[in-house]
Amino acid sequence: MTKQILTIAVTGLNAIDSPGPGVPVIRGLKEAKAFNARIIGLSYESLEPGIYMHELVDKTYQIPYPSSGVEVLFERLKYIHNQEKLDVIIPNFDAEMFSFIKLASELKSMGVHTFLPTAEQFEERQKMNLPDFGKKYDITVPASEAVFTAGKLAEVLKEFEFPVVVKGKFYDAKIVYNYEQALSAFNDMAAKWGVPVILQEFVRGTEFDVTGLGDGKGNTVAAVLMRKQYITDKGKAWGGIAITDEKLLKLTKHFIKETKWGGGFELEFMKDKEGEFYLMEINPRIPAWVYLAVGVGQNIPEALTLLALGEKVKPYTSYESGKMFIRYSWDMIVELKEFEMISTTGEL
Amino acid sequence: MHIKSDVAISDSGFVFVPATGESFTVNPIGAAIIHMLKENKSVEEVSKQIFENYKTDMATVEKDMNDFVAMLKQYSLIDTND
Repeated sequence: MTKQILTIAVTGLNAIDSPGPGVPVIRGLKEAKAFNARIIGLSYESLEPGIYMHELVDKTYQIPYPSSGVEVLFERLKYIHNQEKLDVIIPNFDAEMFSFIKLASELKSMGVHTFLPTAEQFEERQKMNLPDFGKKYDITVPASEAVFTAGKLAEVLKEFEFPVVVKGKFYDAKIVYNYEQALSAFNDMAAKWGVPVILQEFVRGTEFDVTGLGDGKGNTVAAVLMRKQYITDKGKAWGGIAITDEKLLKLTKHFIKETKWGGGFELEFMKDKEGEFYLMEINPRIPAWVYLAVGVGQNIPEALTLLALGEKVKPYTSYESGKMFIRYSWDMIVELKEFEMISTTGEL
Repeated sequence: MHIKSDVAISDSGFVFVPATGESFTVNPIGAAIIHMLKENKSVEEVSKQIFENYKTDMATVEKDMNDFVAMLKQYSLIDTND
C-alpha cells in the first residue's frame, strides 16, 4: 500500500548558534512511517539555511514577522495554502505561537490543521506566570518576579539573593552577581525582547530537559529525557544524551495530565544536590534537539502531525537511553540566484 | 553497600549512568571491583578477592578499596538506600 502524501508547512528554518527546530522537525517528518511528507518551509529571513536545503524542503515562502499582526500573517498563509494545499502547519518559534494559536480555527476551516496548546495553556506557562503555574499544578518552580521598568529593579532585587538569573521575555538568560550587572542585563533583555524582564532564583545544579507531546486530554503521547553534555555560551545544547529517570518522567506525565497539554513542548528542569527537580521553563513547542527523540524511537513530529489530522496515535512508552546527539555546522554553497529569488519574490 | 542497579559497565571499563547520562572510565581492576559489587559481594569479599588475584598486601588493598569506594559514593554510583 502506498503511503499518503501530506503537505506540511514548517517554520524555524534558521540554524545560528541558537538553532531553530525547523530542520530537525523536518528530518523527523521525512522519516515518518505513516506518511510521506512534502515540506513547505516558512521563513522570516533570506539567510535561514533550511530555505536552501532542497533535499529536505520542497519550497519555501517568506512570512511576515509576528510584530506585523495576526491578520497580515493570515493573508500570507491563505496565499501559500492556495498555492500548495497545506495539510498541516507546525510552528516552531515561541514568538510566533500566539499568532498561530489565534489562527488555529480559521486555518482549520480552510483545511489546514495544527496541533497547539490552547491560548490559556500558552499564557499560564509564560515565564512571568511560572510561580502561579507551579502553585496551581503542584510543581516545584524557582521563585521569580516580573520587572517592567528599570526603576523597579532594585526594589524587586531585595526579594532575591545573588546570584540571580535575569531572563528575557522569550529567549536569553544571564546570571548576575550584583545590581550593576542586573541593570545591564535588564536593559539588554528589555531592548531585545521587550518587557517584562524576569528575575529568577538561581538554582545550583544539573540541567535536564524533556521533550514530549501531550494529546490535549491529559495523556502523554511521547516523552524523551535528555541531559546536555556540551553547552554553547548561549546555554544551548551542542551535544546531549538520552537518559532515563523515573522521577523526572513522572513529573513530566504529571505536567501533561494536570494541564491537559496539547502539542509539543520542552520542559527545562534543574536538579539540585538534594535530588529535587525545579521546573525552570516551559517552551510551548518542539525544541531544536528533537531529532534525538526521533533517533531513540519517538518520532514526535510524526505523532504531532497525525494528532493534528485527528488521527489516533499509539503513545510511545519507551525509548533507547544512552544514545547521544552531537550537533555540527556545515557550510552550504548557495547560488546567488537562489538568494536573489527568496529575497525579491519571497519564494524559493 | 551496592552499586546502583541501573549503572551499566562494559568489558572495557566504560561506566554509564542512565539516570544522569554521566559516564566514567575505570581501569581493569576498577571494572573488576564494580562487577563484583554489582554481584552483591561485600567490600570485604571484594578486597579478599583482589588480594588473592593480584601481587599485593592486604593493607594496600584495603586502603585503595576505601579510596575507590569513596569515589563511587562521590559520583553517586552507590545505592543510598542500603
